[in-house]
Amino acid sequence: MYALVDCNNFYASCERVFQPNLNGKPVVILSNNDGCIISRSNEAKALGIPMGAPEFKVRQELKQHNVQVFSSNYALYGDLSNRVMKILEGFTPNLEVYSIDEAFLNFDGMPVSDFHDYGLQMKRRVQKWVGIPVCVGFAATKALSKVANKIAKKYQDRTYGVYVIDTEEKRIKALKWTKIEDVWGIGHRLKKKMIAHNIHTAFDFTKPQHEFFIRKEMGVLGMRLKYELEGKSVLDLEPIKEQKKSIATTRSFPKQITDLDALRERVATFAAVCAEKLRKQKSCCHTIIVMLVVDRHKYENQKYYYNRAITLPYATNSTLTIANAATAILKELHAGNEGLHFKKAGVIVTQFIDEDKKQFQLFEEENPKHLALMKAMDSLNTKIGNRKVKLASQDLKVTWNMKQNHLSPNYTTNFKELLEIKCQ
Amino acid sequence: MPVKKEPSLTFHLPNFESKLRIPYVKEGVSAGFPSPATDFLGNEIDLNKELCKNPLATFYIKVNGNSMINAGISDKDILIVDRSLEPQNNKIAVCFIDGEFTVKRIQLEDDYLYLMPENPSYPAIKVTEENELVIWGMVTYVIKSL
Repeated sequence: MYALVDCNNFYASCERVFQPNLNGKPVVILSNNDGCIISRSNEAKALGIPMGAPEFKVRQELKQHNVQVFSSNYALYGDLSNRVMKILEGFTPNLEVYSIDEAFLNFDGMPVSDFHDYGLQMKRRVQKWVGIPVCVGFAATKALSKVANKIAKKYQDRTYGVYVIDTEEKRIKALKWTKIEDVWGIGHRLKKKMIAHNIHTAFDFTKPQHEFFIRKEMGVLGMRLKYELEGKSVLDLEPIKEQKKSIATTRSFPKQITDLDALRERVATFAAVCAEKLRKQKSCCHTIIVMLVVDRHKYENQKYYYNRAITLPYATNSTLTIANAATAILKELHAGNEGLHFKKAGVIVTQFIDEDKKQFQLFEEENPKHLALMKAMDSLNTKIGNRKVKLASQDLKVTWNMKQNHLSPNYTTNFKELLEIKCQ
Repeated sequence: MPVKKEPSLTFHLPNFESKLRIPYVKEGVSAGFPSPATDFLGNEIDLNKELCKNPLATFYIKVNGNSMINAGISDKDILIVDRSLEPQNNKIAVCFIDGEFTVKRIQLEDDYLYLMPENPSYPAIKVTEENELVIWGMVTYVIKSL
């Protein structure tokens, strides 16, 4: 038996834990830079505020309906997500964290007699301990547990937020109820093709006459999905995420940048964050890529995406080396493009090897003092927080330079920003 | 003379996989009398472990105000709050009542629930059906800076 546990309107729910007065009121969360709406409470959904809408377009509407607006606070969401996942791990050791607010659980070999009751216990414990509402869907396969979860969420008043697909009858009923675009892995492009082929529901998808079409359109992935929906489990839990194969740090700017010095500061900062992440996962990179994006609407018929890579003779995770390489690439990219208004930049590091498998080079080697310096910098930054120790080429005041006009405090990750309550 | 085929030296790579930690004994090795304390080296005290029985459900909250001063909770103190504990009579809880957070002692009396301050200049709050009350978490410890 598999289960999919999904947090309800996760980001909005996180904010409500520390502001319970927002329960029952419309809440929306904005993306980085306060750009678009990325999470909505049920009340905000009911007002018809669309997902992904740019904030400036719906500002009037938000104000009119007194919608509470938040900048995204990933430090808070990340901490609460960790807590939720660890609580779920108390119910089964077999857990795959699928995203910040979803996890697949497997109960094979566990003596659970009543899954609905077990699901309710999970739901209650997460609600009580962290204050986050979740829904749970149980079924024989991962794809079906997604379907079960949707049913649990849609009919919370009848299911109490937990639904189990444990009979053939329930499975068929659930598949007939599930629209094809809501099936796991069917995106917008596939949806159109499916509907043109008269596949409207998950049940249609499993009909034998469509097998050839699905195999042609989706290949082996489609066949796997078909088996999964038929109740034959072919997808296991993904093993704990292996090390990432590349790390990208990219951001849009709150204001477009033309000046090389300002760009250099951003690129150095992004490079520093990449290097810090590399050290965290104990990898070194060989290749560094810098990319710049200009406003497509401003310059028609012109290249809008610029990038260039450099491969070093040795692998590194030193902030100094990576930032130097990145700023050198930036200079090359910027030469000849002075005056362009850039709206976004990024640094990507790739071609990793493990830190302890670093090979010694005959001709060129990184200054061995970097290693000790980086260690000292990381331990200082862990102690002080907020990446206070930086390169001189970085802006010493801000790391992200994001527009965050509606940011809530880091209640759980910064001792100076604890929830304060009146004791009167 | 037969050539000796066996290598004369065998190389073994060190294995760093295991993470056995050996407690560091400051006294060093000396020829004198060994420290009688070495046999009693224990773990260090970890306040996180002692004060947060359930870290997944534990939150720190800062207090503004003095309505609980006689319970040892004063202005600017930090509360350790465990959400996983069940509310109990006479225990101190972080409550959310009618849209505001507060800290009070829970007191059950006959048919009513009271939120009791620990400071004579503040009134007790009688919780009726008109009030909306959520017990957010139970206070387990108070941290104060002296």
